Amino acid sequence: MKRRKLEELFFRLLMVLATIVVAGSFFLIVGTIFIKGVHYMSWDMITKVPGGGFYIGKDGGVLNAIIGSMYVAGGATILGLLISIPVALFINIYIDGKMFLSNTLRAAFDVLFGIPSIVYGAFGFLIMIYFGIRASLLGGIIAVTLLVIPILVRTLDEVIRTVPFELRDAALSLGATRWEMAKVVLRQIRPGIFTAILLSFGRAIGDVASVLFTAGFSDNIPTSLHEPAATLPLAIFFQLGSPVEEVQGRGYASALILTIIVLVITVLSDILIKKFSKHKI
Amino acid sequence: MTKTPHISVQHLNVHIGNQHILKDININIPDKKVTSIIGPSGCGKTTLLKSFNRLLDNTPDVKITGKVLVDGEDIYAPDAEVTHIRKKMGLLSQRPYPLPMSIYDNVAYGPRIHGIRKKQQLDQLVEEQLKATGLWNEVKDRLNASATRLSIGQQQRLCLARGLAVGPEIILGDESTSALDPVSTSIIEDLFISLKEKYSIVLVTHILRQARRVSDYIIFVYMGKIIEFGPTEEVLLNPREELTKEYVKGYIS
Repeated sequence: MKRRKLEELFFRLLMVLATIVVAGSFFLIVGTIFIKGVHYMSWDMITKVPGGGFYIGKDGGVLNAIIGSMYVAGGATILGLLISIPVALFINIYIDGKMFLSNTLRAAFDVLFGIPSIVYGAFGFLIMIYFGIRASLLGGIIAVTLLVIPILVRTLDEVIRTVPFELRDAALSLGATRWEMAKVVLRQIRPGIFTAILLSFGRAIGDVASVLFTAGFSDNIPTSLHEPAATLPLAIFFQLGSPVEEVQGRGYASALILTIIVLVITVLSDILIKKFSKHKI
Repeated sequence: MTKTPHISVQHLNVHIGNQHILKDININIPDKKVTSIIGPSGCGKTTLLKSFNRLLDNTPDVKITGKVLVDGEDIYAPDAEVTHIRKKMGLLSQRPYPLPMSIYDNVAYGPRIHGIRKKQQLDQLVEEQLKATGLWNEVKDRLNASATRLSIGQQQRLCLARGLAVGPEIILGDESTSALDPVSTSIIEDLFISLKEKYSIVLVTHILRQARRVSDYIIFVYMGKIIEFGPTEEVLLNPREELTKEYVKGYIS
């Protein structure tokens, strides 16, 4: 009896400790960024593009990178979804009788999921060279789309697999075609689609390696897909590397901006997930 | 069994993987009667039921041979239109699975995919089927509410209404009351009895008392084979086969 109680206590302590470490790191990271960056946070940071001499501590902001990152992450997520939803439906609904094929595809996406983003950057770069695209917003979006597709497919796949088979049978037995049944499945997983969007956007907006060669960098806000675009992670990277204290501080402020964007997206998708869970069984 | 059979199964064999689930099934399901399929768990009852509307098609590694004639048409013929076959049969599963939409849209779903678009016509169909399943008075003020807000018993009746709305000829029930409380169960059972005027009904059940209450005929399935088929009272009270006797008495389950 005593041993069982000790065991209970031990594992409970272990769980509490692990939770403290994780939650603590979270607050430490956000806290560090906040303390180091809040001082350099200004209206200019989010409303102005870098002026001349911005990188040695003079006027300007990182609006170019904020907009650039939103374009890249938003574009890649939308493009990724357009590709991933059909793939996930195909794996789950159209070839569900052929286990070998669907499992092979799943394994392939697992491998892609684990590939480091620099490889997608390099691959995207090769595609760009082949098609004669220079470092640009378009190039960045292509590379980041490649990066987020495995995330989207695997997330959607998991969500679709939680839909009870009986629900599919219910639609089919009413005489629905597979596509009509797939639409019912899509309705059922709407909250899951927002989770996938959130994961994809979060990964896309924070990734630096995939945009390093592909999106380029510019002090201007891109006005077309063919212009180079700055991104927040790269802006942070450049600023933190500076010996000037003012510029370093702005690097932390940029990190704070990136964190806030991710936070806002998270809260927004949470609201949407709740809203669309209404009819879910 | 004076009338022509509604479903006629001839030499049906179903393999899933290397398992022989249904072995040379031959049966005629009578028209406008309630027929119950009974048998121990895992004997193939549900597989037999699902073979009637080709829901087995999507099962991995499934192999189906033989014929299932519905109104004289072989549903496993290469040129058979599967959506057309399924439209002829309403399925009521073990637990209710309402579609992720409102009460109204659940019933209107079937008619809509089969091309009925007019609001007036849909309204009428929805009301008609909700009345047929005794749900109308309970839900008429909240047709746009989510179907998941209903109780399990109400959901099951909604699923029945949804199935009836496509105008089937046959109702298939797969242990349709096993998740329900006694009151909802008896409502569903009464519905089956009243619906047999218009529909042929095939039920899978493991509750012998239920089989006795609702069905006209009973099929006893054991280890993938049909052991006995006949009028309810005969099979349950005076079985011809030794296996049926043992099952009915509760020796095998």
